[in-house]
Amino acid sequence: MSAQIFPRNANAIFLASLFGLVMLIVGTIAAMVGFYLSPWYTDVGVAKAQPVPFSHKHHVSELKIDCRYCHATVEKAAHAGFPATETCMSCHSQVWTTSPLLEVVRTSYQTGEPVVWNRIYDLPDFVYFNHSIHIAKGIGCSSCHGRIDQQQLAAKAQPLYMGWCLGCHRAPEDHIRPREEVFNMEWDVNSLSLAERQQLVKEYQIPTDGRLTNCFVCHR
Amino acid sequence: MKYSIRQSILARVVRLAWLPLCLVLVACHVDMYDQPKYKPNDVSNFFPDGRAMQPPPANTVPLNSYNPNSPLMTGRVEGQLADQLPPEIKLDAALLAHGQSRYNAFCAPCHGLVGDGQGVIAYRGPMTVPSLHQDRLRTVPIGYFFDVITNGIGRMYSYAARIPPEDRWAIAAYIRALQLSQNTDVALLSEAELERVKAGR
Repeated sequence: MSAQIFPRNANAIFLASLFGLVMLIVGTIAAMVGFYLSPWYTDVGVAKAQPVPFSHKHHVSELKIDCRYCHATVEKAAHAGFPATETCMSCHSQVWTTSPLLEVVRTSYQTGEPVVWNRIYDLPDFVYFNHSIHIAKGIGCSSCHGRIDQQQLAAKAQPLYMGWCLGCHRAPEDHIRPREEVFNMEWDVNSLSLAERQQLVKEYQIPTDGRLTNCFVCHR
Repeated sequence: MKYSIRQSILARVVRLAWLPLCLVLVACHVDMYDQPKYKPNDVSNFFPDGRAMQPPPANTVPLNSYNPNSPLMTGRVEGQLADQLPPEIKLDAALLAHGQSRYNAFCAPCHGLVGDGQGVIAYRGPMTVPSLHQDRLRTVPIGYFFDVITNGIGRMYSYAARIPPEDRWAIAAYIRALQLSQNTDVALLSEAELERVKAGR
C-alpha cells in the first residue's frame, strides 16, 4: 500500500472550502450592495443636528406656511433658495422673540454672520439638477422630499441614486400631478388615473421619446 | 504543441493582471464629486465672511432692460404713488390668479387668506395685523401696496428680496380683488354669482 499524502476526507474538505469561498465572495458583494443601499451609507431618514432645531412639521403642517415663503426661488431657479436670516426674522422679530433656541438667528441678523446649516442633500458636482423645471412640469415637492411636512428635523427622503432619477425620467406619468398641486404635501398620485396622468404628461409637453434619459439632460 | 498553447494562455492572463487595479482606481474619483467650484449656499474659504454667495454691493441694479426708476420698479410716477398698474403689467385673470398664489404664499401667514389680518402667525403671535378692508387701505393708490411689499412698513419686513417686482404688482392687483370681494353690494351680483356665494365657492 502506497503512502497516503492526503487524509480520506480531503476531497470533502476541498469541496466544502470551494463552496465556502464562493459563498464568501457572493456574501461580501451582497453585503457591500446592501450597505450601499442602506441608511448607514445614504443617510436616508437620518435627521441631522442643526444650529437651530428648525421643524418643517411645525411650520408646514401646523402653521400651513407655503414652501415658497422660505424657498422663494424654487419656481424660477435651479436652486430652491435657502432662506436668508432675514426670512426667519420676518416672523421671529415678532413671535418667539426671547426663545433661547433662536439666539443663533438673532445674533446672525444683528451681526450679518450667516448661520451655518448642515446640508441634507449633496448632489455630486457633475449632476445639474434644476428645481424650477420640475415644478413647472408638475413634479411635486413630496415626490423627492417625501413627507417633509411630517419631519421635525429634516432628513433625506431619497438617496438620489441615478437609477432613481431615471425611473421618473423614463415614466413621468407615474409621478406627475397637476401644477396647482405641486406644493400639496398630501397629494396621492393615485388620485388621478393613469390615463389622466398620461394626459398631463402630454399637456405639459414632457418628451416621452426617450430624450429625457440622454446623459446630457443631467450631466453637462 | 499543447504545452505552448497553455503557455500563451498563461501569458495572456498575466498580461491582463493589472485589470483588477481599475476597480481600485474608479473607486477614488471624489475629485469629480466635489469639483473646485461654488454652488449656491456653499461655504467659501476665499471670502473673509465664509460665504460663496456674496451679497451684492449697495445700489446694485439687475443686469437687464429694467429702468430702476420706472414705475414698474418703484411703484411711483414722478415721485407720487402710482394709481394704476405700470404699462408692463397687463390686468387679466392670469395676473390675478398669479397674484393669488403669491399672496397665499407670502402674505396670508399674517394677513389671512381673505386679508382680514387673521393669519396664523398673527393669531399665534399674538399681534394685531391691520385688515386690508379698512377704508384707508381701500382708497390708497395701488402703488401703496407695491411700496409696502418693497420697503416694508412698521413691523412688516421688506419682501423685495423674495418677491420680484412683477409679482408684487400681481399681489397688489389681487389685494384690490380681495377688497372688492369683501365689500360688494349684494344687489349688484348676478344670479349666477349669487348662486356661487351661497354655495360657498
